[in-house]
Amino acid sequence: MEYFIQQLINGLTLGGIYALIALGYTMVYGIIQLINFAHGEFFAAGGYMGVILLSFLSANGYLATYPWLCLSGAIILSMAYCSLLATGVEKIAYKPLRKSSRLSVLLSALGMSIFIQNGLMLTQGVYDKAYPTIFSQGGFDFGNIKVSYMQIVMLLITILLLILLNLLVFKTRIGKAMRATAQDKTMSSLVGIKSDRIISLTFIIGASLAAAAGIMVGMYYGSVGYTMGFVPGIKAFAAAVLGGIGNITGAMIGGFLIGMIEIFGAGYISSEYKDVFAFIILIGVLYFMPTGIMGENIDDTRV
Amino acid sequence: MIQEFKSKGKKYLIGLVWLFLLLWPLLGINADGTLTFVKAFSVWLYIVCASMIVVTIYIIHKKGLTLKLTKPLSSARNKIYAYTASMPKPLLFSIIGIIAFLFPFFTERYAQDVAINVLIYICLGLGLNIVVGMAGLLDLGYIAFYGVGAYTYALLNTFYGISFWLSLPIAAGFSGIAGCIVGYPTLRMRGDYLAIVTLGFGEIIRIVFNNWMQLTNGPNGILGIKPPSVIIPNFTNGFSLEYLYLKKLHYLYYVALILAIFTIIVVARLSASRIGRAWEAIREDETAAEMMGVNTFSLKLLAYAAGAVLGGIAGSFFAARMRFVSPESFTFIESAMVLSMVVLGGMGSIPGIILGVIALIALPEVFREFELYRMLAFGASMTLMMLFRPKGIIPSKRMGVRSEEKEE
Amino acid sequence: MKKPILELKNVTSGYNEIQVLKNISIKAFEGEIVAVIGGNGAGKTTMLMTISNIVPVTSGEILYYGEPIHKKPADVLPGIGLCQAPEGRRIFPRLSVEDNLEMGAFLRRDNKKISEDIEYIYQLFPILKDRKKQHGGSLSGGEQQMLAIGRAMMSRPKLLLLDEPSLGLAPLIVLKIFEIIKEINKKGTTVLLVEQNANLSLKIAQRGYVMETGKIIAQDDANALLNNEEIKKAYLGVSD
Repeated sequence: MEYFIQQLINGLTLGGIYALIALGYTMVYGIIQLINFAHGEFFAAGGYMGVILLSFLSANGYLATYPWLCLSGAIILSMAYCSLLATGVEKIAYKPLRKSSRLSVLLSALGMSIFIQNGLMLTQGVYDKAYPTIFSQGGFDFGNIKVSYMQIVMLLITILLLILLNLLVFKTRIGKAMRATAQDKTMSSLVGIKSDRIISLTFIIGASLAAAAGIMVGMYYGSVGYTMGFVPGIKAFAAAVLGGIGNITGAMIGGFLIGMIEIFGAGYISSEYKDVFAFIILIGVLYFMPTGIMGENIDDTRV
Repeated sequence: MIQEFKSKGKKYLIGLVWLFLLLWPLLGINADGTLTFVKAFSVWLYIVCASMIVVTIYIIHKKGLTLKLTKPLSSARNKIYAYTASMPKPLLFSIIGIIAFLFPFFTERYAQDVAINVLIYICLGLGLNIVVGMAGLLDLGYIAFYGVGAYTYALLNTFYGISFWLSLPIAAGFSGIAGCIVGYPTLRMRGDYLAIVTLGFGEIIRIVFNNWMQLTNGPNGILGIKPPSVIIPNFTNGFSLEYLYLKKLHYLYYVALILAIFTIIVVARLSASRIGRAWEAIREDETAAEMMGVNTFSLKLLAYAAGAVLGGIAGSFFAARMRFVSPESFTFIESAMVLSMVVLGGMGSIPGIILGVIALIALPEVFREFELYRMLAFGASMTLMMLFRPKGIIPSKRMGVRSEEKEE
Repeated sequence: MKKPILELKNVTSGYNEIQVLKNISIKAFEGEIVAVIGGNGAGKTTMLMTISNIVPVTSGEILYYGEPIHKKPADVLPGIGLCQAPEGRRIFPRLSVEDNLEMGAFLRRDNKKISEDIEYIYQLFPILKDRKKQHGGSLSGGEQQMLAIGRAMMSRPKLLLLDEPSLGLAPLIVLKIFEIIKEINKKGTTVLLVEQNANLSLKIAQRGYVMETGKIIAQDDANALLNNEEIKKAYLGVSD
């Protein structure tokens, strides 16, 4: 039982990360029907910005004196950085292709993904970069269940971001305009919504969520590498598809589900095949529910 | 005109500033707590200079000043096109065939090595073309079938000593079965779900290769695979049959050439057949095709199987040629590579795909010194290609609009 | 003579190489209802989409209060008082009725007046008030048409473009919607009405144009068109 609860907590932490990344996929897909292959790279870039900023701050001694201030500053700055990156990618690689076939946009995205990945490698080196260890220490012990401070912080940040996103998308005018654009681009321009701006905004939101996830993953595992975007990227995409792509609530649920499946699969069945479980569940779900668990029938929360 | 120029120039400047903002944090914030600008600035300046040159050339080209230079070139190209088109097909093919046949006599080991790679990827590209180009099913895990073919031969050969030629059909069969296994559950899905599921299958197969230690020796791979062999009659002591392993590179080249020609013929015949037309019908409009009596289910499955079989054959050869297989060779980036060859060359067009393969395999070899920047350039050129020539180098003549992409 | 609020001068436009509109010239004067009638494929919808600059003009010009607007992007037009309720209603299916109306006022910043206007729309179409939390996509055809008109009204347009408001609706509901159009017009909004239902639309309009295969083939006062023998035969289903 204790083991189960421990796995549950680990699963939640990991699932939150997948949920944050999956949201970027699902929102971009909802609005321009594009699988943004470069999204995993935004996540990696976020992780790298985190390590760059935190090492800089730690070398100057700020990290030891104001750890939480530095952490929030680093998260916000890398979210901003990834927003810049994402808008750049969107303007160069996706916007001119708005009217082309899906396959060309997909390949363009793939090209950007390879480009950014190698750009990170060339500027940051081939080897993994280690995070300052200040946050990865300490935690609570409940009998045999260990909850590290890091996990609590991660869960809190994840939940905060998810709530903010929900408020933005469902309560504000700009969020409604975003959903309107996703539903009918021509009509939304007829009522005066500038779809190009909305699309950029979608990329910005998605990339900043991914950047936050990148930093948290970096701190949780202690280091980042230039290929770190690929596997979490496709698992998060799997999460988005599992939840019914284009559906925001679906992506959140899907992310947590994939995280749980991975952790429980690794804990109870085999840790070597942990990457396989997510895909097997995905294929199984799609076979019986071809439009995902929150599919097209439940469209309350589609973008 | 000037207005347009101004707005473009402004965008260009914003782009450069943007680039600097993205570049500087990566190069200028150091882990020792210092901030530097020189490094980021110098890299940025290189990029600015390069882009200036490109933009200048583009402007000159737009103004028509390069016409004098390009006109003889393009007219020469057109003449070559016209000439090759007017040549009888068998003659054209035999010329290409003779060039391909004589290739090893004039070239070094290195060139032959590259040529073998090109031939393998031609098989792969054409195989994937059946699935993506002809039947219109997006497959992001195609390399898995290549892996199944490679591992089948590797295991059959190292465990049971079965020869290359005998295990070729077995490997093809296994890959075909794998194709059906992937194809069956995905047939109900739409385009984008299909993409992720095929990607997932590709990853699953790679992870299995990586973790099934007893069978595949995990990440260490399988060593000691025998190359293909031929039986040649030996008349020195009367008559006997001799077993000869084709270890020499130019022999392997001919094996690859035979496989590539076989693949080209299969794909060309398929594309001209009833089945090929049915696949195209499915690609253009699945519902309409079904209503016209096309059995979409089994045909889509057949497309997967056919693509997988060709991939498996290429995989067996790959194993025989490297005499070593490991999961490293079958990663997603390989699938992306093959897919981009198909799309860059021109989906559905055989000469296009061959050119696409040459462009992506042979050209990077020329820039070997810039090894580090190779993938960077590959990514960038993939995006640029889609921006400026999305239909590929040689677009297929029979390519319409996919039904799912039509504007509402 | 009043000055025209909208004027199309020799407008040609279409999709890719196919020209749909050929040299169209029409005018709409302040405060009137202008009907453009024509059969299927006459180019009526294309004309409205060209005015809203969804379909680009190839030659000619479109003047709004004397200013050329055919180079302005579609999304600024509602801000200057030109709004369209397009063919097929195009309700945002997964936004609530109220959100749909709110989107109609997207370019406005006067929040207080927006809620007043929403109340006004609810007065015009009481059924929408009952359904205000429901998804746009779950409404019936007539309700959707009401919502589409209401949404277009939310930008406080000076000129309202209406594309086939009667399409696919039961006769009683059509009558009701035409009543509302008249009422909107009385409050000062100019209406450019594009319709296949020639009889009804000419009855509420002051002037009318007849369109066929991308050309204007007749224009006159609405009453005169109603009594024109040729028009009667072709569009009003009256034979003698």
